[in-house]
Amino acid sequence: MADMTSPVSVTSQQDIRIVEFTNNKILDEANIAEIGQTLMALVEENNPPRLLLDFANVDHLSSAALGMLINLNNKIKQKDGQLRLTNIKQQIYEVFVITKLDRLFRIKPDRAEALSSFEH
Amino acid sequence: MGMARSNPRGRGERRRTPAPNPTGQVKHKLRFAIGSDFATSCRIQKQIMDEVIRQGFTGPSIFAVRLALEEALANAIKHGNRLDRGKKVRVEAEVTPRQIRIVIEDEGGGFERSSVPDPTTRANLEKTGGRGILLIETYMDKVRWSRGGRRLEMIRRNADGPPLRG
Repeated sequence: MADMTSPVSVTSQQDIRIVEFTNNKILDEANIAEIGQTLMALVEENNPPRLLLDFANVDHLSSAALGMLINLNNKIKQKDGQLRLTNIKQQIYEVFVITKLDRLFRIKPDRAEALSSFEH
Repeated sequence: MGMARSNPRGRGERRRTPAPNPTGQVKHKLRFAIGSDFATSCRIQKQIMDEVIRQGFTGPSIFAVRLALEEALANAIKHGNRLDRGKKVRVEAEVTPRQIRIVIEDEGGGFERSSVPDPTTRANLEKTGGRGILLIETYMDKVRWSRGGRRLEMIRRNADGPPLRG
């Protein structure tokens, strides 16, 4: 909407794109669609895509956000890429556990561990 | 309810002034009738959450209400009213320091709770949708669908709220 700041900031470490969410909520549909487009573009640009999503700032997320992450994961798998999630707060992690998506995603406790978990 | 027309707040949003309930606690009742769009949904969620915070809800309870409210409204707008802007979603939230009761009703075709598949099975794990109801039922203390699935009533107690009296 009126918010001009990007919902994600992207940095790189070698060929790994590190994505940090800038908002503390990944809840509403418009916001999620925008994040989804940005992440999909990163997947398209990189072959194979290697993405690390850092949730350090995130306090709330909805099932629509989970759907977007699954979509992203599927796309990355199609392109033989890798996706890691890190710095997920306890309350958010519980959402992953309840939905059993902790089994689908590779979730690492911190950034260093996540970065070293990428396979070459 | 027929409240949308002569409304100074616009877009069918209306807020009622609080009245003390018999226990002496101030019960705030918020009522809205909104079109099926996400921007308006966002705005009324913020108003409800502001009241939840004002009534002294704490961490886990705020998290639970915010999540369930977002999921329930998204369901009503997307799956209930199928994004038809001509159809309304009616929302009622009754907040006390002890609990919140939310009623959400859409104008869609309804659904059968038992026909919604379990999103956590291996076959459904990679599906992009279908988790909203699981989250609502997990995070709220009481959840009930009625009127053929068009009306949802849900209650969440404030974990750190005042003890029950009487």
